Amino acid sequence: MYKYDPIDQQIVNERVAQYRDQVRRYITGELSEDEFRPLRLQNGLYIQRHAPMLRIAVPYGLLASRQLRKLAEITKKYDRGYGHFSTRQNMQLNWPKLEDTPDILAELATVQMHSIQTSGNCIRNITTDQFAGIAPDEIIDPRAIAEIMRQWSTFHPEFALLPRKFKIAVSGTEKDRAIVQAHDIGLEFYKDDQGQMAIKVWVGGGLGRTPILGSVIREHLEWQHVLSYCEAIIRVYNIHGRRDNIFKARIKILVKALGIEEFKRQVEEEWAHTKNGPLTITQTELDRVAQYFEPMPYETLPAHDASFDAAVASNPAFAAWVKRCVHGHRVPGYRAVTLSLKPHGKAPGDITSEQMHVVADLADAYSFGELRSSHEQNVILADVKLSDLYAVWEKARAAGLATPNIGLLTDIICCPGGDFCSLANAKSIPIAEAIQIQFDDLDYLYEIGEIELNISGCMNACGHHHVGHIGILGVDKDGSEWYQVTIGGKQGKDASIGTVIGPSFSAEEMPSVVQKLIEVFIRERYADERFIDTVRRLGVAPFKAHVYAEQKQGAVA
Amino acid sequence: MSNLIRLNADGVAEIVEDQWLRVIPPAAAEETVRKQAGKVVMFKLTGETAYTPEQIANTVIPATGNILVPLPVWQVRKDELQARLAAGEVGIILATHESVEALQAEFPDLNALPLIAVFVERFADGRIFTLGNWLRTRFGYKNELRAIGDVLRDQLFFHKRSGFNSFLVRADRSAQEAIASLNDFSQPYQGAVNDVPVWRRVNRT
Ligand code: HEM
Ligand code: SF4
Repeated sequence: MYKYDPIDQQIVNERVAQYRDQVRRYITGELSEDEFRPLRLQNGLYIQRHAPMLRIAVPYGLLASRQLRKLAEITKKYDRGYGHFSTRQNMQLNWPKLEDTPDILAELATVQMHSIQTSGNCIRNITTDQFAGIAPDEIIDPRAIAEIMRQWSTFHPEFALLPRKFKIAVSGTEKDRAIVQAHDIGLEFYKDDQGQMAIKVWVGGGLGRTPILGSVIREHLEWQHVLSYCEAIIRVYNIHGRRDNIFKARIKILVKALGIEEFKRQVEEEWAHTKNGPLTITQTELDRVAQYFEPMPYETLPAHDASFDAAVASNPAFAAWVKRCVHGHRVPGYRAVTLSLKPHGKAPGDITSEQMHVVADLADAYSFGELRSSHEQNVILADVKLSDLYAVWEKARAAGLATPNIGLLTDIICCPGGDFCSLANAKSIPIAEAIQIQFDDLDYLYEIGEIELNISGCMNACGHHHVGHIGILGVDKDGSEWYQVTIGGKQGKDASIGTVIGPSFSAEEMPSVVQKLIEVFIRERYADERFIDTVRRLGVAPFKAHVYAEQKQGAVA
Repeated sequence: MSNLIRLNADGVAEIVEDQWLRVIPPAAAEETVRKQAGKVVMFKLTGETAYTPEQIANTVIPATGNILVPLPVWQVRKDELQARLAAGEVGIILATHESVEALQAEFPDLNALPLIAVFVERFADGRIFTLGNWLRTRFGYKNELRAIGDVLRDQLFFHKRSGFNSFLVRADRSAQEAIASLNDFSQPYQGAVNDVPVWRRVNRT
């Protein structure tokens, strides 16, 4: 992974000093609340229900074991012994003290980490596929460009105070796992006719209260121009994006208002002035950064391993885990492993300090000392030998990290919701937990098969409910908590936004509502059809009929 | 004590006396809200107030000295100011919702102006940075470019990199303290006005 040189290190060190002084001025009253807000946000610090929340950047989801150990130490020392992986691959601390945050950042800087631009109206952490570099379906590893873009966007002087936050995702695979279409800018890497790395550029996607999938602004962009082209897009947005209404300030609203053709015209006109200028990425710079993303020093291994095959054959629990949590790898004899942070009945994405140490040890022993976080809020060991899988499983299982539910109904994406977040309409974690308990039967989960259930506590959509096959959204009705249900959302290249099935439900009803949706699916599905495909084939009607029919009978005035 | 910071010819920041008098139209009789200027008129209603004809007519313009005139006032009253422009006594204030094109329509050679000030009403309005960039790059403006209005210490570094070379710090803050923030970072990553990306600036290999 990328390693800091003295220049990178100096920038994070100078940031710590700058931020420490900002906190000092805030505490002494030299900075008003309003003045401090954007400054702390650009350092990932929210003020929440119980305490501030600090969001630490995990650039494109890549972590070294020593970084995770540092996070374990920090969560122990400054927080309550756990952290939370977010849907943008970052780590969040729920209980730090404001006065401690400069020290936390100083500690992070010692392991080449920071929380720069993890929040605020600026360019945020760039996200990508958790299997970048190793996925069998990968065409281009986008991480070198992602790192170049991380550096370019860090303290970008012109884009420090945009109308609203700005999220960029990159992906270079056949199957998009980074939801590029749901980002302000989505960069889809591919090889063009000449065999050169090229980019299809999406713009104006986003979830939140107005979910919109992006539009293609450029089919073919040479990689050398990615910075100047993105600058042109963001410059047009910075000038013309709305600043009067926070709910209409995202770039998606501007793109919709102008139409993609007019927006593109303005961007291309702007780009004409800067294309081929100093922002053009040189081969030397690409090579410098790309050397950090070279393939790992893999051993030459046979495609099969007898001890592994034997363990799968004789141990059903191990076999179940392999089926759900072990993924293909482009190098023979290797696999990627997802460590599930979705044990039934626990807050999705939470990881304790002790578990962090276990994961760091596993990474050192079995996966070249590196790991990744995914937007599904799990942790990945990307390079495990077949022959080591059994040992990894045993250790992960002992630490509660081997729930074999990846991609299944209980692998829920869930925002912090009303337990932590002051914007929430409703709690989300207890709903996730209740659903996990309701479906705490692995055989049944396997029968249901692949399905994505996403929960957000309000329309800001941190839990990506719009693109969940089943989406649950917390809504407020006369001061009490209700839940609206959508089905048919999907991430990926054929992304779609879910459809609301009808009036909302109380928290107690939610597990049985999900149960009923599943019943219709089991009744109607063809052979091995996935839930999403059944919904796409049949539409919402049969699901709606079943969920509300029984409800009506039960609901006696 | 002056609150004006200016970079001298060597790029070193100094606190200097302000030689310019800002021309401020009188308060409006009643609030008028108008549609946003620029290209995207059809959907934008950003609530920025425009000066009424009465306000502009009633604006008191000092008879002598260097004056900083809001663009809308100049547009209406330029006849009475031509001689002073020629004498180098007129600078223009561009508000963040106004366009550089509108300014250039008035001054085909922007370098006829010794000073352009960009007025930012709320510090969080990042349009000021793009305006600075455009003035310096696409429009080739070379003279003094000043940030005025809600100008605070924690944005100065960005103002500087966006092409500003003078900064009128908000009156209730100390320019003396703010000046340090112009050097918050010694080797920024990205290119900016008059600067190239770090990989073209130093050898990182
Ligand atoms: C608890 C404190 C949090 C607060 C106050 C918060 C606030 C917000 C707000 C206001 C938005 C909507 C912005 C907009 O659409 O313009 C948003 C979006 C989002 N948040 Fe959070 N959030 C919090 C925690 C989280 C967490 C823990 C995650 C990850 C699990 C997360 C992931 C996201 C994502 C992915 C979006 C993007 C939706 C989109 O593309 O529009 N947030 N958040
Ligand atoms: S979706 Fe709403 S409730 Fe959930 S974290 Fe985001 S802002 Fe808070």
